[in-house]
Amino acid sequence: MQPEDLEALRGTYWRENRRWMLILGTVWFLVSLGCGVLWVEPLNDFQLGGFKLGFWFAQQGAIYVFIILIFVYARLMARLEQRLGLEEPGE
Amino acid sequence: MTLTETTYWVVGATFAVYILIAIRSRAGTTQEFYVAGKGIHPVANGMATAADWMSAASFISMAGLIGLSYNGYGGSVFLMGWTGGYVLLAMLIAPYLRKYGKFTVPEFIGDRYYSDTARVVAVICLIICSVTYVIGQMKGIGVAFSRFLETDYETGLFSGMVIVFFYAVLGGMKGITYTQIAQFCVLIFAYTVPAIFISLQLTGQPIPQLGLGSTLADGTYLLQKLDQTLLDLGFQEYTTSVRGSTLNMAAFTASLMIGTAGLPHVIIRFFTVPTVSAARTSAGWALVFIAILYTTAPAVAAMARLNIMQTLQPEPNQHLAIEERPEWFRNWERTGLLGIDDKNGDGHIQYSADPDTNELVMLDNDILVLANPEIAQLPHWVIALVAAGGLAAALSTAAGLLLAISSAISHDLLKRTFMPHISERQELMASRVAMAGAVLGAGYLGLNPPGFAAGTVALAFGLAASSLFPALFLGIFSKRVTREGAILGMLAGLGVTLAYVFQHKGIMFIPGTGFLGDMPPNWFLGIEPNAFGVVGALVNFAVTLAVTYMTAPPPAAVQQLVEEIRVPVSLEPR
Repeated sequence: MQPEDLEALRGTYWRENRRWMLILGTVWFLVSLGCGVLWVEPLNDFQLGGFKLGFWFAQQGAIYVFIILIFVYARLMARLEQRLGLEEPGE
Repeated sequence: MTLTETTYWVVGATFAVYILIAIRSRAGTTQEFYVAGKGIHPVANGMATAADWMSAASFISMAGLIGLSYNGYGGSVFLMGWTGGYVLLAMLIAPYLRKYGKFTVPEFIGDRYYSDTARVVAVICLIICSVTYVIGQMKGIGVAFSRFLETDYETGLFSGMVIVFFYAVLGGMKGITYTQIAQFCVLIFAYTVPAIFISLQLTGQPIPQLGLGSTLADGTYLLQKLDQTLLDLGFQEYTTSVRGSTLNMAAFTASLMIGTAGLPHVIIRFFTVPTVSAARTSAGWALVFIAILYTTAPAVAAMARLNIMQTLQPEPNQHLAIEERPEWFRNWERTGLLGIDDKNGDGHIQYSADPDTNELVMLDNDILVLANPEIAQLPHWVIALVAAGGLAAALSTAAGLLLAISSAISHDLLKRTFMPHISERQELMASRVAMAGAVLGAGYLGLNPPGFAAGTVALAFGLAASSLFPALFLGIFSKRVTREGAILGMLAGLGVTLAYVFQHKGIMFIPGTGFLGDMPPNWFLGIEPNAFGVVGALVNFAVTLAVTYMTAPPPAAVQQLVEEIRVPVSLEPR
């Protein structure tokens, strides 16, 4: 590949990566500092079984969402790397 | 067999496993000693990271912190803070440092900021964070031994040191990784078994995470009952009592999250996996294994608190007679974790939020986890398992921290800064000597805990958040940030955070030397000292960026390095 093509490839990869980080990072913020702290009072008016909803986010829900976020990010990046031919050898 | 004998057998068996692993996984090269040869499977590394991460504090104290000191909802800061950091780690830090592909965190900072000074400043930040953290672990080992095995504190601490010495000095990261996997299995089993039993007993639901939202035998929801009982006793409602203010809770959570993503002993775990994409999935697996404990802990907190209150006060206005208190209650009184004082002399224990009439004068946070199996009347082997689990949690975290400290000394200070000409074999020798020294130093600090040991673990997070995280993040996401910016930023973040903690808690935590007093009215925007790391991080970012734009851009080779670590494979023009 020519140097300028490599530059373009790097640029595309990094731009897409940052876009996913921004989207998933927003979700990360919303479920933890959002639902778990800032909006906990209004959410507590709703019940989820025996939980007040805001309390559930703060002590259970946020953690489950964190796990999903990391695996979604890993999957998205693997797919991006496959599309751009940037997979690592030996996987 | 008596309880102590059973405990000796169970703890002895786990120690035998750790030693066996140590003998089988000796390190032969510096690559094996520092990063376990980069051949650890991502799921295995996730398990090791979980053990590395979950300390004596997570295992023994966290449920009590949530259930008692922080009265329920306020304790959410620990749950979200100590898990949310993994999202930052997986997206912003771990993959790129894995691509960089060397051995330590200060090494990256030194190369990225093209400066020995930056590397040495990073080593100083690392040592301050890790040493404050390791003291707590050494104390945890001594306390766990003395409570469960009825040895004295010194003997307990010494036994723990011998075990760590064995596998950390022989095997380095390789030995530590495999023992941490074994330790994770011990600690997670020890934590969940009593939780399942207590959940079954209270709610009939075997999964504690669901039991927390289920109904009790009388048909009311567990949390509703807990709220009501606490209100009756004059406490705040469990599910809504905020710690300080909303801003304080947000700052506390954010500080723990950012600190998690900046703690070197966690970051270096991701250097041991074979690829960049393995570093990402490994962070996910680490969080899965951590979440097993972290979603169980709030259930243990609520259930054990309710259990204790119902023991003391089975019906409204009916109090437990002192003479009739159960065996476990008497046992834990002897250790000083529980204490009663019959103030009104009626022969009954009145528990309330009012310090003038409250007769349960001592109720230590740790009691919630430690006494849980006895309160639930579980067999001896479960109690023994809790002892082994607490020790596994403390040992695994101590080993990880000691590796971070010793590799910073032998690799960053010796090999990269002061004696660059030593050979691979000499460096391996130096790393073993540094490890041995770190174990002895930590043991000494565990025996003679300095005055500041009390607030240490939370302080470590504040310092990691304010010093190392911004330097790592900007080093990856900006090509423009200069060495002057990073060095001054790290020092400013560290300085501001330490100054804030010291001015409220005393210089080096010596009581009486704090000049603004440990009082909420004097807190900046009502943020408590333990939650200040996020402010320190913002100061670090501001100083770094301001200085950067006053100094010349980094050399082309450094900008090339940043380009290289951002992509998972090396892209050379062909």
